[in-house]
Amino acid sequence: MKRRKVDVSAVPAKVAGGLDDRFQAATPLRNILNKVFPDHWSFLLGEIALFSFIVLLLTGTFLTFFYEPSLTTVTYDGSYAPLRGTHMSAAYASSLDLSFDVRGGLIMRQMHHWAALTFMSAIVVHMFRIFFTGAFRKPRETNWIIGSLLFWIGFLAGFTGYSLPDDALSGTGLRIASAIMLSIPVIGSWVTTSIFDGEFPGHVIMGRFYIAHVLLIPGALLALISVHLGLVFKQKHTQWPGPGRTEHNVVGERFVPRYTIKQGGFFMIVFGVIALMGGLFQINPIWLFGPYEAYTVSAASQPDWYVMFLDGSTRLFPAWEIRFDLWGWGDGYTIPPIFWPTVVLPGILTMLPMAYPFIEARLTKDHRAHNLLQRPRDVPARTALGAMAIAFWLVLTLSGGNDVIADQFHISLNAMTWAGRIGLLIAPPLAYYVTYRICLGLQQHDREVLAHGVETGIIRRLPDGRFMEVHQPLAPVDEHGHGSLDYAGWVVPKKMNRLGALGPAIRGFFFPIEKPSEAPVSPGHPPVSAAPSAEREEITK
Amino acid sequence: MTTDTHAHDVEPDEVDVHDPRLSRFEIVREGARRDGVEIVHYEDPFPVKGTKAERRTVRTVSLFFLVTGLAATAFMIIYIWWPWEYELGANNSKLYTPLLGLTLGIALLGIGFGILSWGKKLMPREIAIQDRHDGPSDRAQRKLTGETMAYIVDELGIKRRKTLGLAALLGLAPVGLVAAAPLIGGLIKSPTKDRILFRTGWDPAANGGRPVRLTREDGTPIRPEDVSVGGQMTVFPGIPGGATNEHADSPTLLIHLRAGDAERTRDSAKPVNAGAQWENFVAYSKICTHAGCPASLYEQQTNRLLCPCHQSQFLITDNARPIFGPATRSLPQLPITVDEEGFFVATSDYKVAVGPAFWERP
Repeated sequence: MKRRKVDVSAVPAKVAGGLDDRFQAATPLRNILNKVFPDHWSFLLGEIALFSFIVLLLTGTFLTFFYEPSLTTVTYDGSYAPLRGTHMSAAYASSLDLSFDVRGGLIMRQMHHWAALTFMSAIVVHMFRIFFTGAFRKPRETNWIIGSLLFWIGFLAGFTGYSLPDDALSGTGLRIASAIMLSIPVIGSWVTTSIFDGEFPGHVIMGRFYIAHVLLIPGALLALISVHLGLVFKQKHTQWPGPGRTEHNVVGERFVPRYTIKQGGFFMIVFGVIALMGGLFQINPIWLFGPYEAYTVSAASQPDWYVMFLDGSTRLFPAWEIRFDLWGWGDGYTIPPIFWPTVVLPGILTMLPMAYPFIEARLTKDHRAHNLLQRPRDVPARTALGAMAIAFWLVLTLSGGNDVIADQFHISLNAMTWAGRIGLLIAPPLAYYVTYRICLGLQQHDREVLAHGVETGIIRRLPDGRFMEVHQPLAPVDEHGHGSLDYAGWVVPKKMNRLGALGPAIRGFFFPIEKPSEAPVSPGHPPVSAAPSAEREEITK
Repeated sequence: MTTDTHAHDVEPDEVDVHDPRLSRFEIVREGARRDGVEIVHYEDPFPVKGTKAERRTVRTVSLFFLVTGLAATAFMIIYIWWPWEYELGANNSKLYTPLLGLTLGIALLGIGFGILSWGKKLMPREIAIQDRHDGPSDRAQRKLTGETMAYIVDELGIKRRKTLGLAALLGLAPVGLVAAAPLIGGLIKSPTKDRILFRTGWDPAANGGRPVRLTREDGTPIRPEDVSVGGQMTVFPGIPGGATNEHADSPTLLIHLRAGDAERTRDSAKPVNAGAQWENFVAYSKICTHAGCPASLYEQQTNRLLCPCHQSQFLITDNARPIFGPATRSLPQLPITVDEEGFFVATSDYKVAVGPAFWERP
């Protein structure tokens, strides 16, 4: 019998053929490979959140091998000498061991924390992008709602994770959380004792927070992220207006290979930056805080940045307490002041944004589907509302650290509190007004350039002695010298080099000038190629 | 039937993909076209192969990967041989984590920039256009699906057989409760049992009826002369585990007031605090009535106590009344005296609930 020679180059085709025989994958696979994605730098923000989440899963899994979710009292005898002999919970001791006695444990812990901060930051900035460009409009309201939920679930993930080490800072946060739960009318004390299995802190809370932090919350995040991405895939990404782009097409690159390769590169960059931060920048040095004891706290106890706005609202809320009798039934009842800024406010902040797409559609009577994005300046009211929300949030966040500001700038602490209270009422409307005016101004300038052309910087003296600047029209002009172009919802070129009229701008310092500057096109549109000329050849020769 | 759908898919002007004269790119473009994707612009950055510029770009990309290899190797060397075990003081072990971060970061960034510049600089740029097809489904399709679903309801006959629906509902609702019961039943814990929200470690009942001594963190009792005038001390109930988080509601601040302040404090005492003061000494709960943080920053000159969490301020000389910030209730005062051996004791538990307020709190 003659031995059959194996043709190695035919193996991939053969395997692929065999797979298709069984799964009929050829058509759907090619469909995915050929799917077109539009590109713009701002579309990367959500992906930074996704990439940080992957880093969170990787580093978090490592941490679970060493962390012990128990409040049993132990005596520390690890490597960190200053705390040796101290009584502390097993949770805190194992977190210290993770930092000092597990090889490479500290960098994992710090990377996990930095990745969590990056995750939340990316979510917030991504939401700004979605909001200000109108990407939440029909048909994408569902994904907007899922995105808001992802923020709040991420918030819970952050809080539970922050509580696990059981250091002085995290215990203080946990105690405040128990006070917030206590403040809920009617059921507050029942909720608190049920969660803590008795009085704060009890013995079981670390175990419960642990399973929430490593299973329930990541499970919910994973499920929602999958739906989020699935919907982006199904509904196709929004795109900026531009040449050739309509509500009914997607202009960009096919999914594979270039687009995918870029995404892979960005993932590694996000991963790398988190690794750098995790190694070089200390975060949450729990060994300096000591174990949690109900009677210790230090000044400038601040939560992570995405919780600070709630800390701020708690600080600013006036001492208004509601006490009443229910017709002699019981000994009287209380709604504590902390209920409003920490339960009611987040409740509103959860529901209102989720309802926003529907509110806006109703107010503008716009129920059509939109796939083209809007420039923020073109929708002044929405942009101004967003600025108002950001101003509100900024005042609260700054107030969350008002003791540090007071200390650093030698301002009275009480003055800082009052500044926050008044600022919370004044700053948002002011932000609304200013943003609205800026949007109108930018709109007007776009129209002006379209009508009169780009300023060339060339001053001409007229025979009668007047000086005037020469303008370069962007299109043929009518008898009054006005341009006939309509505004297309996209960038209007405002400098001569954006028209390709001046020499190429120097791009970077490392490489010599190779290409003429491109005409103003939207990303992805074919660049207008300038006529080849000798001057624009590579100048290294 | 099947051939029909195929015939529908295949358009007349379609390219024969088996034509051997076609280049691979032409086949790719045809595949994309059949997926509704038109590649309208396709530009190789280096149409002439092997130019100086191309070789330079290839070198750059290669350099990124080589940097990654170097950094990853350095990471491994550091991971294994660098002294990593923690030692106090300035020494090389402190550099372990930063060096790991640096090498790992550079390694990952090398991969990132490597494949990014590979994709952006070396691979052909293209512009493809795909139709969205994102409107509502075909009207006929909607009708067909809608009727199919309506017919499912018809088949069940739920509209006609009302009793059946009612019975199913009555039968299934308790099952839902059964599913929820173990979770709620297992977790629920009554706050009213033993009045845990109103009692602290100072309750003599838990100490065999004897008044509880004020002790330091290590459990040693305190004499009046241990606290200097104007000074303060955090004290704990002198019971087993009194200074641990087991009694997170019990930490108390014992303050030795100046004579004048003590006089003022005694005069302003509310009925609930009457007789709680012992000579010039007062003891107030350290647990803030706002959010439960320890209100521990005592300003001796103004007799104010500040909570560092949310900046509530309490005036010690007036029943520890809140005078600024979000807190609404005074800090509870612990009634104290000195026993026959000369040590501080609490004559009773706090008269009101300690810590943050809640619904049932009068």
